[in-house]
Amino acid sequence: MREMGAKALKLGIPLGVQLDLTYRCNERCVHCYLDHDDHGEMTTAEIRDLLDQLAAAGVFFLILSGGEIFLRKDLFEIVEYARKLMFSVKLKTNAVMIRKAKAKRIAALGVESVQISVYSHRAEVHDAITKLPGSFRRTIEGARLLKSNGVRVSFANVLMKHNAGDYPEVQALAAELGVGYNVDATITPMMDGDRSILDLNIAPAALEQVFHNSTLVGNAEEFCAPPSGPLAQADALDTLPCSAGHTACYVSPYGDVYPCVQFPLPSGNVRKTRFLDIWQHSPQLKEVRAITMADLQGCSSCTHGSSCSRCPGLAYMEGNMRGPSTQDCEKSFARTGVPSANLLRKQAATARQEPASGAGTPSPLSAKHTVIWMAAQS
Amino acid sequence: MNANRYIARAADVAARMIGGEMMIMSGADSSLYSLNETASILWQAADGVTPLAQIVERHICADYAVDPATALRDAEELAQDLARHGILLLADAPVPDATLRDTVPPARESP
Repeated sequence: MREMGAKALKLGIPLGVQLDLTYRCNERCVHCYLDHDDHGEMTTAEIRDLLDQLAAAGVFFLILSGGEIFLRKDLFEIVEYARKLMFSVKLKTNAVMIRKAKAKRIAALGVESVQISVYSHRAEVHDAITKLPGSFRRTIEGARLLKSNGVRVSFANVLMKHNAGDYPEVQALAAELGVGYNVDATITPMMDGDRSILDLNIAPAALEQVFHNSTLVGNAEEFCAPPSGPLAQADALDTLPCSAGHTACYVSPYGDVYPCVQFPLPSGNVRKTRFLDIWQHSPQLKEVRAITMADLQGCSSCTHGSSCSRCPGLAYMEGNMRGPSTQDCEKSFARTGVPSANLLRKQAATARQEPASGAGTPSPLSAKHTVIWMAAQS
Repeated sequence: MNANRYIARAADVAARMIGGEMMIMSGADSSLYSLNETASILWQAADGVTPLAQIVERHICADYAVDPATALRDAEELAQDLARHGILLLADAPVPDATLRDTVPPARESP
């Protein structure tokens, strides 16, 4: 797989694409980053044409997501066409609408895997997050049906304040059902830039617990080892921040192309321009590709430089795609107990602000951030 | 050796030509395979209805200086190997369903 990725990078091939088929959804999850109105989704014919273009561009991994993909009446036509073009197809769904016939059809189409959002082992907690009564029961039933038809299934367990302590039981439920389990401890801003939902992020102590759990992160000792310092200059010039815009990208239901679903930098629209032209010639994607670790302001010299999981999309949403992503700084701190250069800088800035501006001035940091770096200094 | 054997691409695989190399992912266990040139030729011609002997004659013997009997024997060994990995079907009769799949569109070779 690594060789395949390296080859795709060398040849400039978009190996993986996430295509959101709709933003409409039958759930109204409290942490969702999407607006659920339909602003003019691509038609079936447009999507078939796009799939032809993606196949010709060399896309191997195709993630079909949403919104809730089963709200598209043409979903199976799309999946069938994608499989005819021999994509490795992964579906992301809440599984609420999956019953016997649909599970059977997904299995017959040779879908690589289905990722299902599960928030808790407790129906009342799950349903309170999705705001859809009965969703937990139906989601788990959907997962069972897929599994019994031989489909590879995994649970995606996004953690937030509402369900922060439930993940061991969700993990146990996944094991009982014989499905995979992934935990995601990051609530991301809404695609329109609204950051209010970030308040739902779990507390630093809970994040630290997640990162020190070997059943979730692999070798916790290694994962949480002290940072090994900034990248060497030569490595920094060669190291890419992530695959977004390099070997992967995202296409919205309206045909907008972005480097990644978490990196809403408008880079073109497939209704106006052929996908390959956007991929090869979009100034925005070229700009993303031009960034190396050495260019990252405040990150290239950070002690976490060689092990940071910095997301350029989150940095972009924070205001600067070459800057730090505070959420990732928080993660690095939760893993290692060592504050990043960015958190230290913010600490210094806050300290300078406080005496002059008084207690009533809003800090650039949330209370949570303040707690993190203060703890680091003690 | 049975000259009337047929080969068909397994229905649950994913495949794409990347940089001149056919990459195939098994539907059974997600293992990834990279096919060499001749294996790629067989894979792409594996429509389930054209006899293996005919594929070899058309696509291998025509382009490579090899006698038909040797080429067919090698091709059948290769097909058996791919079948063991679950990415190709090898049958004594045509597998017409396999024709539902189009030829894999080649990816461009360079950016």
